[in-house]
Amino acid sequence: MIVYSVYILNKAGGLVYQNDINPGLNRLSANDYLVLAGTLHGVHAITSRFSHSMKIEQNEINMNNNSNILSTGKSLNPNTNRTGLQSIETDHFNLYIQQTLTGIKFIIITSPLKTTPMSRGQLNNELDLVNYLFRQIYILYGDYVSKDPFQASDMPIKNQLFDTKLRELVNQ
Amino acid sequence: MSEDLIIPSISSSVNKITISDTSKTGFGYNPAVGPSSNEITEDTSSILINKRTISLTPHSSNSILDRNLNKKVNEISLSSLSFLFCEIVNWCHKNSKGIQDLENRLNGLGYQIGQKFLELVKIREGVKYSKRETKIVEILQFIHSSMWKSMFGKIANELEKSQDLNNEYMIIDNLPIVSKFINVPKEYGNLNCSAFIAGIIEGALDSAGFFANVSAHSIPKDDNPLRTVFLIKFDESVILKEELRYT
Repeated sequence: MIVYSVYILNKAGGLVYQNDINPGLNRLSANDYLVLAGTLHGVHAITSRFSHSMKIEQNEINMNNNSNILSTGKSLNPNTNRTGLQSIETDHFNLYIQQTLTGIKFIIITSPLKTTPMSRGQLNNELDLVNYLFRQIYILYGDYVSKDPFQASDMPIKNQLFDTKLRELVNQ
Repeated sequence: MSEDLIIPSISSSVNKITISDTSKTGFGYNPAVGPSSNEITEDTSSILINKRTISLTPHSSNSILDRNLNKKVNEISLSSLSFLFCEIVNWCHKNSKGIQDLENRLNGLGYQIGQKFLELVKIREGVKYSKRETKIVEILQFIHSSMWKSMFGKIANELEKSQDLNNEYMIIDNLPIVSKFINVPKEYGNLNCSAFIAGIIEGALDSAGFFANVSAHSIPKDDNPLRTVFLIKFDESVILKEELRYT
């Protein structure tokens, strides 16, 4: 699996970070990327309403998360994207959406698996790998973006350290 | 005339004052009694010997000032430190008029730490081993190894002497811990938040009697993008003193 790109959206759906780490996708115009980000954000919000008890569920998830963290001191899976759009699979790329408790979305675009009819094991492996990547990216984000005094929250991220660390992580 | 002296009438209760009924919180100056209230008498000395600690103020028993200086310090979380330092930089940035001013403010904050930390490290080293450094190289080695170790848990990477100038020395750290997560944007030029650490060095050197100016410069290398050089410029008088004494 090759990771083509990593995008980060703020909680309002604005594209704050874009890193096309490995070539493999066509370049779009800057405006198209913003539209893509907004659209994904919107689709995610709407699809999460399919689930009839979404509001209660989300609250419950958050409360359970918090009480678990307090009682065990261990963090849980930071991905809170349970009810919304999670992935898009095409013949040319796979796109995964993950969301943190604070509403930041990480979008990872990868190459598709070679064999078209995917077995269950392969699919699970791929998902595990993406989940692992997401955790690591979130750690990097927590370290290099939120601890940077020159970074305002919800503003575009221009951070060389973060770029290089992300590249190291993805290409390892 | 009668030989009787006129003794001011002292009520019997005052005469019988003992240490136990002066104050319930322990010792202390009693303005009603005067200096004698603080005096060490037989009574008080026995209490002093038997009691291990005496709280002078009611709530001080757990304060940081009452803890043993020699105790090993606990490790602290790097994340909390980074967030705190991030806010320190932000706060200085908000109050400052420019990049130079920001660096000066960070330097000033570090300076106060350096003054006190030198003292603390010396005490922790113990009376047996510690001595007062009188040579420039010795004090620099002390800062480079002992002090760096107790501040950051590692020794600094290099200690160099400038080839061109007699009064310039350099301490080099490949990854200064406080600015590990800080990325300085391009529009801030050559700002380096390790000015804070430079301030610590300056404070320690100044209170050790080696008057110097210390500044932090980032000189990245391929594998260490955050490599920082602390440039130490000693005062003329320090160099003169050294020459007179040791040559």
